[in-house]
Amino acid sequence: MSKASSGTLYRGREGMWSWVGHRITGVVIFLFLLVHVLDTSLVRVSPGAYDAVMATYKNPLMALGETALVAAIVFHAFNGLRLILVDFWKQGTKYHRQMLWGVLALWVVTMVAFSIRHLSIAFGGH
Amino acid sequence: MSADIAAPRSQRLDPKYVRARKSRGSFEMVAWLFMRLSGVALVVLIFGHLFANLMVGDGITAIDFGFVAGKWADPVWMFWDLAMLWLAMLHGTNGVRTIINDYAEKPATRVWLKGILYVATVVIVLLGTMVIFTFDPCIAGNTIAACK
Repeated sequence: MSKASSGTLYRGREGMWSWVGHRITGVVIFLFLLVHVLDTSLVRVSPGAYDAVMATYKNPLMALGETALVAAIVFHAFNGLRLILVDFWKQGTKYHRQMLWGVLALWVVTMVAFSIRHLSIAFGGH
Repeated sequence: MSADIAAPRSQRLDPKYVRARKSRGSFEMVAWLFMRLSGVALVVLIFGHLFANLMVGDGITAIDFGFVAGKWADPVWMFWDLAMLWLAMLHGTNGVRTIINDYAEKPATRVWLKGILYVATVVIVLLGTMVIFTFDPCIAGNTIAACK
């Protein structure tokens, strides 16, 4: 890529970065999903095996990881709904940038609420 | 007077110029549509899953074997988790397939990566489905009174 191609409507701007964020969060969520089905499958082995693995999720350090995972999920969800509006809503392509700021605002609000609740439970202060 | 002029190029292309000889039909369009439809459903399913498991009651500290048994005693949660499993796995598999198509250039690499992806998908979906349908709350090792 030459320098001349920077500063286009797409490259290095909201459209590209939301696409990058959607890809990265998608892969992270998919990898966790594979692990999560495997850990849940331990209910078919024994209650003790399942409870032992669930205990690792209750570690405060893991709670930070869970919060990061939920942050990825919530961004992917809200940005995905924005993509659907870009594709199907007549004004979607016109307002895609404003909708991205809406996505980020909703993401912040949701994550503040989630983090307060989840971290206070996980760190034992509830 | 009128001359009969054949429509340009229609059916008269040398086969070596036909790029879409092996048509994949509407598969890519169906996949594109599936991502949007399953995406909307997954927002509802996963937000509900996170809210029920992490936000209400004692949140993550309450999750153990008994918690799962309590949820799957209700067919609604069984169907919820089954739908979430299938839709999320197919949505995620198609997303990773797209990423492999974008970044893996050598044909052999593409075939291998997609082969591994599809095997993992089939194994995880079948395992998860089997677990939901064959779950036994009184499995050996459960010491609660209801299973005595």
